[in-house]
Amino acid sequence: MMGDRIRNHTLTLVAIFGLATFLWWANGNFDGYKIQIMNLIAINAILAVSLNLIYGFTGMFSLGHAGFMCVGAYVSSLLILPASQKEAIYILEPIIAPLHAAHAPFVVAVLLGGVVAAVFGLLIALPVLRLGGDYLGIATLGFGEIIRVFANNLVPITNGALGLKGIPGYANLWWNYGFMLFTFYVIIRIVNSNFGNALKAIRDDEVAAKAMGIDTYRYRVTSFTIGAFFAGIGGALLASLLTTIDPKMFLFVMTFQVLMIVVAGGLGSITGSIIGSVVITILLEWLRFVENPIIIGSFEIPGIPGMRMVIFSLSLVLIILFRREGLMGMRELTWDTLLSPFGKRGDVE
Amino acid sequence: MSERNIILKTPGLTMRFGGLTAVDNFDIEVQEGRIVGLIGPNGAGKTTCFNMITGFYNPSEGNIYFYDEDITGLPTHKVCAKGIARTFQNIRLFYNETVLQNVMIGAHLRQRSSWWQAPLNLPSFLREEKEISDKAMFLLEKVGLSDLAGEKANSLPYGEQRRLEIARALATQPKFLLLDEPAAGMNPQESWELMHFIQKTREDFDLTILLIEHDMKVVMGVCEHIWVLDYGKLIAEGPPEEIQANPKVIEAYLGEEYLENA
Ligand SMILES: Nc1ncnc2c1ncn2[C@@H]1O[C@H](COP(=O)(O)OP(=O)(O)OP(=O)(O)O)[C@@H](O)[C@H]1O
Ligand SMILES: [Mg+2]
Repeated sequence: MMGDRIRNHTLTLVAIFGLATFLWWANGNFDGYKIQIMNLIAINAILAVSLNLIYGFTGMFSLGHAGFMCVGAYVSSLLILPASQKEAIYILEPIIAPLHAAHAPFVVAVLLGGVVAAVFGLLIALPVLRLGGDYLGIATLGFGEIIRVFANNLVPITNGALGLKGIPGYANLWWNYGFMLFTFYVIIRIVNSNFGNALKAIRDDEVAAKAMGIDTYRYRVTSFTIGAFFAGIGGALLASLLTTIDPKMFLFVMTFQVLMIVVAGGLGSITGSIIGSVVITILLEWLRFVENPIIIGSFEIPGIPGMRMVIFSLSLVLIILFRREGLMGMRELTWDTLLSPFGKRGDVE
Repeated sequence: MSERNIILKTPGLTMRFGGLTAVDNFDIEVQEGRIVGLIGPNGAGKTTCFNMITGFYNPSEGNIYFYDEDITGLPTHKVCAKGIARTFQNIRLFYNETVLQNVMIGAHLRQRSSWWQAPLNLPSFLREEKEISDKAMFLLEKVGLSDLAGEKANSLPYGEQRRLEIARALATQPKFLLLDEPAAGMNPQESWELMHFIQKTREDFDLTILLIEHDMKVVMGVCEHIWVLDYGKLIAEGPPEEIQANPKVIEAYLGEEYLENA
């Protein structure tokens, strides 16, 4: 047993080192487009794992991710935008003084983006979860829309519909994958602790969880707030990766994409969410071809904008109909299961 | 007998659902350290009493005193923290979790460290997690399920699910244990074992136990005092021999079936 744990830790370290080597190699050899996709994979993995904590592990159906990302993106971007750039882009109304002066290093800005998103998460969770878990879906959906309305109208803060441009593009492979590993580490430690067991208990049977002395309200609020924190971090990184943001970026489709990854990977499976992020991010890019005109011989089929999301919605429906548990179900891909074909089976005790 | 503490007192406990009075003026006193029973025909209001005591229902009238402390209307998790644990008539395990995790979840209530210590990996946190899992293992040994610790709860046969539910309740370190039909679905051999298990559990954990049960062999065999509910009203109380001989009880509850088997 002890030997297995040391082996597994070693393998994890080797895997992280392997990932780092790959990133280093990719940095020198991949073109910008491929690197962009790799960056998106890392950010999507952060978003998916954080939604999985809320929905997959605690059983709270939440549609608020785009809203939290939006908060994280604006907070962090305003902290890393140079003052001169702020003056240049706020043409409708000047930016308010405290924000004009505000500045922070990138890590701090990203973490603060997470913190403010978490505060928003807490403020939603406190009243809504009082009513039990049933109203969370609709309330978070409303929250996402309200945040966008604010982003559109609080012009001296957000620059309104014009959005923010020229955000420094600090979010390179190293930062994105670094934050991804940080997210994995924190959430895996939480989920594997006895606190995590209590969250799963609430998901499995709330009545029994209460009878076991679990304050289900407080635990739900905590889980939701932690999830919102990492969603904010994901949004902050995305803003710096894309270097421009505007309120339209955080429409419901954004939440939907993350939800898709989580459901496809398996609710309650971290490794499922990771695999889902890789596959679906690549698929989403690859599917862009359906939105471009396709020429077959002398025929030209015109591109249909939005077709990608149609295909995606259909696949989500198909997954729910035919494989509700997603790719992994609640199982995890562990070193033990990976190595078991090589004669390690039955070697547990 | 008279010098024992009263662990539970329920003066005038009443539960109405709309027009239906499910429990009417339920008034019992349970002595510390006893195994006592609550019986009555289907729909008599027994489970409703459990739901009031454990804070799932807020009684329409009356109070619940646990060691002289008024716990009426306290939320369920706080009632459990006070030291009242229960099982359910329709077993309610955490079915996606392992047998060991189920018991660890019960033990979580008494855990001091909080969630943010998990990512910090502090030695004190790791030590407590280990203590919790050791304690859960110990309880599984007590109920004879330690071999199945790594199995998913939903893969257990019925009788073992019942025992797991009891182990999980014990993990909350209760003083007072409520069992809702623990012998339901068990064969005579299993219920016989269960009787001894309940008695041994009381000794080992210094418990007071109140159980609802339809299996008369179990009730008469294990309970020192019995209350009988019929249509929400208490119609009799006393030691098993008296209850067995009480014509009102025989008529209301035990009926012909009992007379035939007696
Ligand atoms: N939440 C509720 N809302 C409405 N009626 C209820 C509720 N809970 C229980 N009742 C009613 O109260 C009455 C007593 O139910 P209860 O479950 O307490 O009976 P019981 O004695 O446990 O019966 P059984 O032996 O079948 O378990 C029944 O008529 C039931 O329909
Ligand atoms: Mg009942």
